Amino acid sequence: MSSPVPQTIQLRVGSRYENIELVQAVLDEVLEPLEIDEESSYWMGIALREALTNAMKHGNKLNPEKRVEVGLEVTADAIDILVQDEGSGFDPAAVEDPLAPDNLLKTQGRGIFYMRKFMDKIEYDFGAGGGTKVRLHKKFGGPSVDVEGDQGGAE
Amino acid sequence: MKIDKRQRDGATVLDLQGKITIGEGDVALREAVHEAVGAGATNILLNMARVRTIDSSGVGELVAAYTTVTNRGGKLGLFGLPRRVLGVLQITQLVTVLDISKDEDEAAASLS
Repeated sequence: MSSPVPQTIQLRVGSRYENIELVQAVLDEVLEPLEIDEESSYWMGIALREALTNAMKHGNKLNPEKRVEVGLEVTADAIDILVQDEGSGFDPAAVEDPLAPDNLLKTQGRGIFYMRKFMDKIEYDFGAGGGTKVRLHKKFGGPSVDVEGDQGGAE
Repeated sequence: MKIDKRQRDGATVLDLQGKITIGEGDVALREAVHEAVGAGATNILLNMARVRTIDSSGVGELVAAYTTVTNRGGKLGLFGLPRRVLGVLQITQLVTVLDISKDEDEAAASLS
């Protein structure tokens, strides 16, 4: 698929987890011709998945009739991923730190933390008409996620 | 996600293959662990070598599996983690809590 930049792609999907795969496939197609390093593409994909999960699960309460709007705004040197739900919003300041000792063994609450780690900037916008819009920004060619170690598994 | 079950040195080994992500792999992992525990397993080893990706829901299921097994007096071990999967656990400091080994022999030895 040719991918002239700048370009903007808009998607609208129902709140079903299987649609996460669909949207990630579109992101992969958009990034592939831009020759973004595979490592950065991988972490951007995980950040997108987390944003979609939050929108579907916490925003739209998994109501398949409620939609998630996705925007991919791509330039030659950066991408903005926008994900908007139809929920009632939340207070980002009230999100607990998953690294706090009391939270380490909680089974939820890491999604926003991962998005912040994998992208350069994350912003929330709560419209007057309801819904949460999150904007994830990543500059191409910037520092990648700092992960170390290899136990020999397949990637 | 595909999960195969086998026994080694008295432990149940679950060979995981694919994605541990929301809506599919996370549920499969939960069911496999509960099934093993229900069948009497005390110690469980998760072979992560063929896990291609994991998201926060998958991480949550690993934590839930750890809690389920340890609350019953058993041990849960992970081994063979691909670099990025290990990285996701490092970022949230779960490597300080979970029992992570390089390979199956090391993981099996850690149970004794």
